[in-house]
Amino acid sequence: MHKKGPMYVIVVGAGKVGYHLAKTLVQEGHEVLLLEKDRKTVEILQDDLGELIVHGDGCEIRTMSEIGMRRANVVVAVTGDDEDNLVICQMAKRKFGVPRTIARVNDPKNEELFKELGIDQTVSSTRIIFNLLEQQIETGQVIPLAALKKGEIEVVEANVTAGSSVAGMKIGQIDLPPNTLIISVIREEHAIIPHSDTKLREGDSVIAMIKAEREKELRTVFQ
Amino acid sequence: MSQEGHDVTIIDQNPDSFRRLSADFIGKRVLGNGIDEDTLRRADVGTADAFVATTNGDNRNIMSVQMAKVRFNVPKVVARIYDPNRAYAYAELGVETICTTCIGAGLMRDMILGNPFGTVQEYLCAGQTSDTQEGGNA
Repeated sequence: MHKKGPMYVIVVGAGKVGYHLAKTLVQEGHEVLLLEKDRKTVEILQDDLGELIVHGDGCEIRTMSEIGMRRANVVVAVTGDDEDNLVICQMAKRKFGVPRTIARVNDPKNEELFKELGIDQTVSSTRIIFNLLEQQIETGQVIPLAALKKGEIEVVEANVTAGSSVAGMKIGQIDLPPNTLIISVIREEHAIIPHSDTKLREGDSVIAMIKAEREKELRTVFQ
Repeated sequence: MSQEGHDVTIIDQNPDSFRRLSADFIGKRVLGNGIDEDTLRRADVGTADAFVATTNGDNRNIMSVQMAKVRFNVPKVVARIYDPNRAYAYAELGVETICTTCIGAGLMRDMILGNPFGTVQEYLCAGQTSDTQEGGNA
């Protein structure tokens, strides 16, 4: 965890996310400052956090100077307002030269805008929960694991269920959609590097790399 | 600008605000949030020659104009910003800003002292306080 040594992390916004993030980072041995503009919230949390929490507006240059923004390794903006998170990160990065900025994005549509405007990383809880729901509900036997090249290529997990038409078939016999690469077959917790003679069994999970637009076809194959 | 013959669209999230428009305003009224991409799309921001953000929130204005510029390629964008330091910082970062606080304060100062009025540029520079310098050099 401490490969790079302790960092100075400024967290802006002492809501639930900011509070727990700050506490976790402190436990990991990092220097943390939690900035919150609501005085009441600061007073309530001061008993627990002591000097770690500071009252101030993370968008004000004076405050940013006072809390040592210039020597921060990371600034994390997790307020409930996207416009505030954007301004905090942009100022931190461009005015104070902070090497890494992370913004919470409340409206998932803003993720791309934030990236285009120079924010290093965005976290959208809406998007994360949506992805989890999608994995469980919509996709059935084919579960997206990762998106590469801005979503053009996907790594998916396809499950060989009881009635699946591919159960018992050799990989070479399966009529896969074009541009599909089967990377691995997970069988009873073991990862097999398959070849065309590998026979699929009920209960196998097939990890495949696929063009995003072919996902539906793959789903049909595994039905 | 509407009276001068320009094609003006107004976005506001409060339907009551449109009542303040004069009866001869013939432009489009779009109900919605100015930092929501879908709202900007409904307002056809992509076809606009200019985009101005004048809400009461500095950060909303900053985000809104950058959205118009980056996502909808509007060639000319201007943000109204109350905080002089933030206005100066964003002007430095290439976002066109008008700090009405500085302009208002400058005008009043000249009125009180009986000076002739200065230029917008003079008033904007007066708003740049030592805080900004600190931020730049600390």
